[in-house]
Amino acid sequence: MKKHLLAKSILSLGILVVTVVSCSKSNNNSMPPATVYYEQADQVGRPAINTVFIPASGKDSFNTTIPSQMPALFTNDMKTSLLTLNPNYTTNLLGLTSDQFIGVVSTDVLNAATKGVTSFYNGTQVLTGRNLSDDVIDVELTLVFGGPTGGDNPGLTSDHVNGNDKPFLAAFPYEASPW
Amino acid sequence: MKQKKIILIVLVAFATTIGGFLLASDHIDAPAVKNQTTDITDLFVFNGADTNNLVFVANTQGLLAPASTGAATFDPNTLIQVNIDNNGDNVEDLVIQAIYADGKMNFYGPAVPTVPGLKSQLEGAITASVSVTPYTASSPITATGTNGIMVFAGPRDDPFFFDLNQYHAILAGKAMSFNNPGSDSFAGTNVMSVVVEVPKSLLKSTGKINVWLTTKKKV
Repeated sequence: MKKHLLAKSILSLGILVVTVVSCSKSNNNSMPPATVYYEQADQVGRPAINTVFIPASGKDSFNTTIPSQMPALFTNDMKTSLLTLNPNYTTNLLGLTSDQFIGVVSTDVLNAATKGVTSFYNGTQVLTGRNLSDDVIDVELTLVFGGPTGGDNPGLTSDHVNGNDKPFLAAFPYEASPW
Repeated sequence: MKQKKIILIVLVAFATTIGGFLLASDHIDAPAVKNQTTDITDLFVFNGADTNNLVFVANTQGLLAPASTGAATFDPNTLIQVNIDNNGDNVEDLVIQAIYADGKMNFYGPAVPTVPGLKSQLEGAITASVSVTPYTASSPITATGTNGIMVFAGPRDDPFFFDLNQYHAILAGKAMSFNNPGSDSFAGTNVMSVVVEVPKSLLKSTGKINVWLTTKKKV
């Protein structure tokens, strides 16, 4: 009988302890919140770099590599991709050899100007930003396939889609409403 | 002509090495992010209508059909971060962060990151907050932050355009060249978009910056 009472007391003490613990757990306003961290999943600088230049086996790791470490890890793969796409590559419209071209694209950041005109490439400005309307695919196709004058492989240097399917807005937020 | 044939043969070989991937800007570019809220489609950086401002467009979750756009949401566990290097070393000196909570997109920065690199934390206090524009809204909901940044978050038409299907056909050796006119494979599709317009004075730039967009998953 006594034993039973003792067991009962221990049990209720246990419940009390659990209650106290759970109370203190849910009522920890006095404690500073732990820092929440977010870990990288995807990254992009210039359009289509991972898509075009990185082989399948490297696509996830490219997305979780900081830009300053990309050249050391991906230059060889990217050069192989370029010369596979265009084995006759000599230089491109920007006068860049394959090494120089890959030297630019292997650090996947979008260069932008904080003074003057912003454009991916407009004949005068080179990599001073990227407008919604910029035909970046034609620029990249030309740089990969077009040779030193941009005139080589004319069937491969433009997809002949020259603009968006909906007009952009003149004011913030600039993008067109959804379909 | 012979040269073209050689290129095409090599293209076919290349296509087999990248086999199965839908090539686009950055849409579903890699297996780990495919069909995730972390999948980035595009980054745009351009002068605002007021050229004292620079606009950053961060697009995610591409190829949304109109029928599925209403159900698409931002993820409270996915941090969308614009990284800005203003001294040329390709390490971020400033970040602009956007994270979703309870119907709103909250913005932090531009702020100096506590630690640059793959792992991030929210930096400082919220500088701007805007209700996410619903798919059915007749006009976009925008807001201005305490530091003068303008913000938007919600579904938009995908601004990217490309005859992806013909590019596929070329890579697969089924076509020799693009068509003229081409056909925009992204026509009629939407993205989940975040747009921030920032007074250039906040960027502490001497004229050139390097920008990249990252998505980061809550640990």
